[in-house]
Amino acid sequence: MLKLEPRAQPSKLMSLLSPVLALVLTAILAGILFAVLGKDPVRGLAMYFVEPFANLRQISELVLKATPLIVIALGLAVCYRSNVWNIGAEGQFLLGIIAGGGVALWLTTHGIVLPKIVAVPLVLAAGVLGGMAWAGITALLRDRFNASEILVSLMLVYVAQQLVNYLVFGAWKDPMGFNFPQTKNFDASTWLTPIVPGTRMNAGIVIALVFVALTWVFLFRLFRGFQLQVGGLAPAAARYAGFSGSAALWTALLVSGGLAGLAGGIEAIGTFRQITPHVSTGLGFTAIIVCFVGRLHPVGIVFAGLLLSTMIIGGELGQSRLGLPNALSGVFQGLLLVLLLACDTLIHFRIRLRPAPAAAR
Amino acid sequence: MDQIALLIAATLASGTPLAIAGLGLLINEKSGVLNLGAEGIMLVAAIAGFAAAHASGSDWLAFAAGAAAGALLAAGFGVLVIWLNTNQYATGLALSLFGYGFSAFVGIGYVGQKLAERTPFEVPGLAQIPFIGPALFRQHPMVYIAIGLIALAMWFLYRSRAGLVLRAVGESPESAHALGYKVRWIRLLAVTAGGALCGVAGAFLSVVYAPLWVEGLVAGRGWIALALTTFATWRPLRVLFGAYLFGGVTMAQFALQGAGVEISSQLLAMLPYLATVVVLAIISRNPTWIRINMPASLGRPFHPGA
Repeated sequence: MLKLEPRAQPSKLMSLLSPVLALVLTAILAGILFAVLGKDPVRGLAMYFVEPFANLRQISELVLKATPLIVIALGLAVCYRSNVWNIGAEGQFLLGIIAGGGVALWLTTHGIVLPKIVAVPLVLAAGVLGGMAWAGITALLRDRFNASEILVSLMLVYVAQQLVNYLVFGAWKDPMGFNFPQTKNFDASTWLTPIVPGTRMNAGIVIALVFVALTWVFLFRLFRGFQLQVGGLAPAAARYAGFSGSAALWTALLVSGGLAGLAGGIEAIGTFRQITPHVSTGLGFTAIIVCFVGRLHPVGIVFAGLLLSTMIIGGELGQSRLGLPNALSGVFQGLLLVLLLACDTLIHFRIRLRPAPAAAR
Repeated sequence: MDQIALLIAATLASGTPLAIAGLGLLINEKSGVLNLGAEGIMLVAAIAGFAAAHASGSDWLAFAAGAAAGALLAAGFGVLVIWLNTNQYATGLALSLFGYGFSAFVGIGYVGQKLAERTPFEVPGLAQIPFIGPALFRQHPMVYIAIGLIALAMWFLYRSRAGLVLRAVGESPESAHALGYKVRWIRLLAVTAGGALCGVAGAFLSVVYAPLWVEGLVAGRGWIALALTTFATWRPLRVLFGAYLFGGVTMAQFALQGAGVEISSQLLAMLPYLATVVVLAIISRNPTWIRINMPASLGRPFHPGA
């Protein structure tokens, strides 16, 4: 019979192999599902995992979609390593869009044209503050009132979505927009413009990579980052060492809220360039998967971000070219995370083949 | 007056799925397992129930389909967290994300389909009383069954031997194991039962409450039900009252709009979620109070022999 036996040390190798194994299993299940739906499994899988790399334009779309995923997941990695369960990144991302987009809209409606080097950082800084403020509510309620950060951060996602609707159906609606619930287009001076001609890929990915490096330094080279992780792994040890749990909570939530807000700011002026009720597409939730697939590590998150972005774009291609429902992309994303967590068992345990015990206990 | 009676009736209907799901999660948590997958379970059960009702026209088959779907997903979750020792938070979250995607995928053909409005069950005699009749006694039978389930759970948890064992497993799995109880199987049973109840709640939402299917129909009620267990400090009767309270808040937004109050509908739609946050903060304010009432091993994995 098969038996799980604890390993003396967590396996580093399995920690890296587990996402690969999960991906392979997801692909196998996806192939089966395609066959059940009456599509050629090989073509279906190619559409999801190969076609997004077909040409430069396609690849640039991939990078464009991966950018917010990577930025949000970086913050979540800091949170989860500190054992702070912020699952409301979607809400913090939306507040980044509201705050960043709000600044861009204000500049636009007041006819203020700033040099791009001033306007873009201004918008992004507003996005960061918006995300931080939203995550700050969760931190405050956890710190002062002991309220579960899981439930509070998640509830605030629904509130943030209604806040977006409230603004675009109300005060921020474009008066010249034929009563569509959407804002004016932001002035071009606030846009993140394409850096590769002929594509939509903008400087967002450069900003993302800078923050990948910064997060790595924070987590693995700064004392503050070390304190957070000790608190996450061994709360008692952290208390004994005199590390403040409350400071760790605030840091983790403000960092992740700020990064989710930054992603919102980047999307607001890099992709949408206006605010509509459709700015919430669940990227904040997909980023949770990115974070786990990337092993809560900044470098891993880059690869995981590209992978999940591939799956999202593959889903869109599968819909337009093979008539597969786009919802499949969500199924595969969820499946990937479930399978990943199951495979992660192999980090701490090994499977042993054992002859059945002679006398059952 | 009639308006108020209808409002009370709507509050009971809106609180019922929260009460059933909250009760399921309470039993789940009493065994020491936290299932953050409630939202996903309810979504999959909602579409399973809707499909069953659409095909058969029977509410009871719909509830059975919802319960089966919920039990199946919860059992899968249970095997992962109880035997493979995966992180309970992450696994529950994964189940919620999967459930969202899967229900959207399965439900594609049902979007926009509407079931016939359910004819309420009139309690003989009582339904004719002015005001009280329309307020309390003209409901779907499930509304009364939910109250019965709460009473049953109170008896089960605090008056039956099996309930005592369940609570022992949640409070101290080591002691229960030492006494010879199969902690992991008991936990799996509790998780599966909890999933089945979440499933019934999901089916109630799509078949009776809505009655239609849209993507993301559950709209956070799985998470609110999770908050409800804390709100109720893990007592069944308080789950019922909490559920009606949140049902009332949900209905209050429609009542306010109907009364012509000048608040935008988007701000009113925030109410149930904000209420959850506020209530959670008030209840959790006293950490000792929570610690005393919370199942002591909640969220902690148990390996026999470790």
